[in-house]
Amino acid sequence: MTIDDRDRRPSGETRRMASPPGARQTSRDLERYAGLFAARTKVMKSSAMRDLMALTERSDIISLAGGLPDTSSFPPESFAAIMGGVATDSCARSLQYGPTEGLTVLKSCIAEVMAEEGTTVDADDVLVTSGGQQVIDLVCKTLVDPGDVIVAEAPTYPGAIPTFCSYQADVVQIGLDADGMRIDELELTLDRLEREGRRPKFIYTVPTFQNPGGATMSLPRRRRLVEVARERELLVLEDNPYGLLRYEGDPLPTLYALDGGDFVIYLGTFSKILSPGVRLGWSVGPRPVLERMNIGKQASDLCSSSLTQLFVVAYFASGRWQDYVHSLKEIYRRRRDVMLDSLAESFGPEARWTHPQGGLFIWATLPDYIDTTDLLARALDQHVAFVPGRAAFLDGRGASSMRLNFSGVGEADIREGVHRIGEVVREQIDLYGTLTGTHHTVTDAEPAPEEPDAELADVLHLPAPERRRRADARER
Amino acid sequence: MTRVAVLKGGRSLERQVSLKSGGRVEDALERLGHDVIGIDVGHDLVQRLRDAAPEVAFVALHGRDGEDGTVQELLEAIAIPYTGSGVSACFRCADKVLAKHHMLDAGIPTPDFFAFNETAFKELGAGDALPAIEQRLGFPIVVKPSGQGSALGIKFAAAAQDVPGALVAAFSYGDKVLLERHVHGRDLAVSVLDTPDGAQATALPVVEAVPREEDFYDFEARYEIGRTQFVCPADVPGDVGARAQALALDVWRVLGCRGFARIDLMLDSDSGELTVLEANVIPGMTETSLLPMAAEAAGIGFDELIGRILALAM
Repeated sequence: MTIDDRDRRPSGETRRMASPPGARQTSRDLERYAGLFAARTKVMKSSAMRDLMALTERSDIISLAGGLPDTSSFPPESFAAIMGGVATDSCARSLQYGPTEGLTVLKSCIAEVMAEEGTTVDADDVLVTSGGQQVIDLVCKTLVDPGDVIVAEAPTYPGAIPTFCSYQADVVQIGLDADGMRIDELELTLDRLEREGRRPKFIYTVPTFQNPGGATMSLPRRRRLVEVARERELLVLEDNPYGLLRYEGDPLPTLYALDGGDFVIYLGTFSKILSPGVRLGWSVGPRPVLERMNIGKQASDLCSSSLTQLFVVAYFASGRWQDYVHSLKEIYRRRRDVMLDSLAESFGPEARWTHPQGGLFIWATLPDYIDTTDLLARALDQHVAFVPGRAAFLDGRGASSMRLNFSGVGEADIREGVHRIGEVVREQIDLYGTLTGTHHTVTDAEPAPEEPDAELADVLHLPAPERRRRADARER
Repeated sequence: MTRVAVLKGGRSLERQVSLKSGGRVEDALERLGHDVIGIDVGHDLVQRLRDAAPEVAFVALHGRDGEDGTVQELLEAIAIPYTGSGVSACFRCADKVLAKHHMLDAGIPTPDFFAFNETAFKELGAGDALPAIEQRLGFPIVVKPSGQGSALGIKFAAAAQDVPGALVAAFSYGDKVLLERHVHGRDLAVSVLDTPDGAQATALPVVEAVPREEDFYDFEARYEIGRTQFVCPADVPGDVGARAQALALDVWRVLGCRGFARIDLMLDSDSGELTVLEANVIPGMTETSLLPMAAEAAGIGFDELIGRILALAM
């Protein structure tokens, strides 16, 4: 008997498709199902890694591994009033199917949100989706055949990886530094792909407060990226869930605004400015692409929830959405600062981390001899969790990095969680020093820098600051 | 009808596997007509066991707490009979280093190794002995935590510069780590099951895990369906199968196992020699697990297997 190898079966054996009672779900049954699975169901993560990540959700763990917004500050009485209003005013409508592209009244709210970031769109051009995640899925569904290239950042949003894999895309990842995606590296890669006769279907980027890197793409790079897309007639998927969650610095124009919507597909969501529970996101982009995405959405789920669309409409009608976003920003900014302070106190000089101007995540990188997947096992013993960097790569990179979330956990827990991770990091650095005879031991007499130099905030490998500036000068 | 508590889940790194194993065991016990209470093991374990008052506990808890004798000791304390090995056999098997020493003492072949805890490196300068160890074992060296049941933390060190990082990784999972000679060869597993009267242990057909991809150094791929192909009975030459079974029974006796267990071996491609890596007292019971697969190959269906393991405990 074998699993997954039909040829080795004894030839005379007859196989019943129906399982006999009492012998359900044996390895043979699994083999039957496995034989029916599509190639696109192949998963990237090992089961051991999945098991490890499952443990981060235990209730006795301080989890800096999630990406959850804090919904606890939404006033229950407002929720009740809004829902009551929906029931009174739009009972039948909220219980009914809606148009695939979304309710017109909601699309006006979306145009309002985008205008808040300085991006002007015609409400008619909006496709409402079931969360931002559905936009990634629909873009892949519209553009990607098996084996097609998608260009993404390194690291990239871990949640996009299963989507890319399920369309059997070949993902090429471009380095990221404190100024976002390395556009020089992107152009070299596009040249190489062109020589190989491969045209990427789209470039996926989270340009603002990147998940997981925390970096924000500089204005020159934004301009250049839009030019590159135009010159080469490539599409860019701009994933912008956090743009309004800026805690410092001046807002930058979206890629969509810079491009005018010719080559940029924009992804927005209500998840981080209101609630991920409403499962509502949206897309705007080139009309022919959006029309195909609309057809794809019909096939997926016909339409997004009318009930939650009307909830959001009623919420916007109350005129307080900006105030709520402002209150969230206050909460998250404090939490980010607490995390940055805690990192400076606890992580020691060998570690580097990003200083995000907004968003939900900090990306920390440890010495290359520390594998953060193994470190997570030790951290879980101390009841604290993070996302190992490998989850943000398809090529095995990121082993020494981690993603830390500061939006979903209170300040005291952030302090305690970072402190505990710092302890296990220091133990491992000390042990490595003992093993190699090089003592990296951090002493209290040698405090870590208050805040990492912006130049040092690069995400993976740090080029020397001078070299990096030169590279950027060329690129710009 | 017997009132059975199935212990599963827990806080180990193998929690998910254990939930699957436990779920399947519960289904089988229900089909056999027993009164089943599933318990996800946590802080309230003793209280829940007292409240449920089972006649017997089926331990489907892998890794820490389940395989290291902790839960067995608790069950002894509150006088609830349980499936599988007793406390002392759990101690011996869960600690790979201890198991290997017992095997060596009994003349059972196991790959050469050295094992240390973290303090040996931190306080006794064990790091200075690494070159000698590396010379004795030869590269590549397998570095693994002594007490971890899943593939996590197992690293191959191809050269001296890989060893410190591999040790740091392995120490993430426990305070004792072994460096073991790498056996280039085939992965075999022999499950052992007591006869229904408990009088004699029998070795089930040998299972071979054949990695599909060429990456022999990716332990995490080894037990993943699709990436590894499991063949039972293993297609091994001559008397290798019988020798593997005999070795597994020796290990079972030396370590004092009871009920059921799975013994993992390597067949050296060059010398044809069999060596024993470790023994697992709570092997997986999932759809892809090797013990149910081996039992099936021996004509013992899953329900019958579970029924027999339960009967042996009572």
